[in-house]
Amino acid sequence: MELTGAEIVVECLKEEGVEYLFGYPGGAVLHIYDALYKQDHIKHILVRHEQAATHAADGYARSTEKPGVVLVTSGPGATNAITGIATAYMDSIPMVIITGQVPTHAIGSDAFQEVDAVGITRPCVKHNFLVKDVKDLASTIKKAFFIATSGRPGPVVVDVPKDVTAAKTVFEYPKQISLRSYSPVERGHIGQIRRAVKLMLSAKRPMLYTGGGVILGNSAPELTELTRKLGYPITNTLMGLGGYPATDKQFLGMLGMHGTYEANMAMHHCDVLIAIGARFDDRVTGNVKKFCPGAQIVHVDIDPASISKSVRVDVPIVGSVKSVLQDMIRLLDETGEKPDATALAEWWKQIEEWRATDCLKYDRASEIIKPQMVVEKFYELSEGQAFLTSDVGQHQMWAAQFYKFDKPRRWINSGGLGTMGFGLPAAMGVQFAHPDALVGCVTGEGSIQMCIQELSTCLQYRLPIKIINLNNRYLGMVRQWQEFFYQSRYSMSYMEALPDFVKLAEAYGHVGMRIEKPSDVEPAIKEALRLKDRLVFMDFITDQKENVYPMIPAGAGLNEMILV
Amino acid sequence: MRRIISILLENEAGALSRVAGLFSARGYNIESLTVAPTEDPSLSRMTLVTRGSNEILEQITKQLNKLIEVVKLIDLTEGPHIERELLLIKVHAVGDSRNEIKRLADIFRGRIVDVTASTYVIELTGTGEKLDAFIEALSGIRIIETVRSGVSGVSRGEKSLRL
Repeated sequence: MELTGAEIVVECLKEEGVEYLFGYPGGAVLHIYDALYKQDHIKHILVRHEQAATHAADGYARSTEKPGVVLVTSGPGATNAITGIATAYMDSIPMVIITGQVPTHAIGSDAFQEVDAVGITRPCVKHNFLVKDVKDLASTIKKAFFIATSGRPGPVVVDVPKDVTAAKTVFEYPKQISLRSYSPVERGHIGQIRRAVKLMLSAKRPMLYTGGGVILGNSAPELTELTRKLGYPITNTLMGLGGYPATDKQFLGMLGMHGTYEANMAMHHCDVLIAIGARFDDRVTGNVKKFCPGAQIVHVDIDPASISKSVRVDVPIVGSVKSVLQDMIRLLDETGEKPDATALAEWWKQIEEWRATDCLKYDRASEIIKPQMVVEKFYELSEGQAFLTSDVGQHQMWAAQFYKFDKPRRWINSGGLGTMGFGLPAAMGVQFAHPDALVGCVTGEGSIQMCIQELSTCLQYRLPIKIINLNNRYLGMVRQWQEFFYQSRYSMSYMEALPDFVKLAEAYGHVGMRIEKPSDVEPAIKEALRLKDRLVFMDFITDQKENVYPMIPAGAGLNEMILV
Repeated sequence: MRRIISILLENEAGALSRVAGLFSARGYNIESLTVAPTEDPSLSRMTLVTRGSNEILEQITKQLNKLIEVVKLIDLTEGPHIERELLLIKVHAVGDSRNEIKRLADIFRGRIVDVTASTYVIELTGTGEKLDAFIEALSGIRIIETVRSGVSGVSRGEKSLRL
């Protein structure tokens, strides 16, 4: 039987097992929306801005093992989606974004709502396609899902002109697809893995440094097994939190610019560094010239281009984190050799001295609400079981420092691109994926206003997200840098004319709370958690002068932290 | 260091802009770039001349390999290879200079392929250096147009870039 292109799009999504489609209609995608109307397999979620559609799909993908799927119209629909696409690209999140396009005959004529979607998204997608013939539609969508979810994942855009969605052809969904120019490596080179294991066992001061690749590769259990077997200290990047249980003794906390003193010092002084699914980002390495000066480095990554990009490594291993970790565990068991216990005990002694610095300490007796305390209380009262999204800035760092993630895919934030406005729509995607789970969004009064319109979407779909607004009336991270590096010239970082967030939440049909005293923090969170089926907007009025510590200033090494 | 990278890529709309976009987005140099279909019409062959340190060259080849449409690539400069570029140059040719230009073209094994009362078009192939030397040798002659094809290359002997 022949189907229209629009029907084919819907059938392809069904074949891929797509549950939710995040989108916003418009002229070029009307045929597809009509086809969606006539079925009830795929639930379309109507957001209030296309950026939110991409962030919601992104949050859905990060909190599950499935790709996020987006449908937007041509022109402004596509351009509004760009920020979300770039966010997903930087953090290697699998997404498929279907953009409408003007009819093929009008392409290039500056038609109404025309934009070169393939051109404009090219630098921020793993791949993209323009489908010019309905006969290519099904196979292209199949390729898009395959590319988005395999290898190092990423967003893939499929641009579909309106006439292609109207044209008919016989629908056949390919079972399998192979691309001669694309075949991601799965298993790591066994000789290299053997070398790595040997080096790991010879270490006197070993350190494990793991990133988002562990989460995306679903290899937290293997990482935990290997780390416990070795007894080595471990740190996670911002993207890797939850890859190893944060409450475990071997965990030294996050590393990098606002990482813990013990994690950064252990990195700096280690003799063997085992980097797994991490990409030596500049926020992690500090000054690369001063990075891990005495270490031999093992690097496991699925993307060959990530290896030796900013830091030369000694034992590169290209492969999926999961299979390489499994091979490492197997080889460790086979050799029967054990790490040098004396050296390791000495190393742990040193680490415990660093840990005793208590680098995350803050004034717990403060009369003004300390933002750290809010996150800590939320952690306690949610028993560490929440899914937590964040926006970008100081609140993001405090959430990462003070909420201890024991499980992967619970910490959802824009690490690479640093996208303000990510938190709330991402939380929507997470809540759709986990309808019964507690989903929190730690944000600030700056970030939340970048996608605040989604409070309306949250009402439409009754999403009981708990918004934790750390409101210090400043773009806090900007303010902090201006205080440290611009002699306190607070250029444009003070947020004047803020809305009354309580009334705003109420206007959107939600519950709003303003919390101004430290003693009210716990009762407020308890009350919010009791309101299980309502979105609660908690506006915490926090200390304006609080800074994120510790901190590595730009250009410094990991051993040159500013402590409180 | 100067490198010549030969790439087989899918002969599809947009493949060229993906390669060009990669170079501009990551700040790599492109000295020259040529592309045309091969005997297999589904494949194009691109020759790209770039400069950079070994680390940058390593990143360039890795990033190129990451592009979905790049099927295969080699760095020709890693081994013995042949490198050619085509020059078409239109010069002002009147009076005594007509003979002089003809002699120069012969010395460089070029050919005059178009003649008018006042102009010659000379065709010359060779390495970029040879073409530079020829243009240098024409000093004193008025050059009207210079067209260079960019470098093409192939490895010597058994080594080849094919599927």
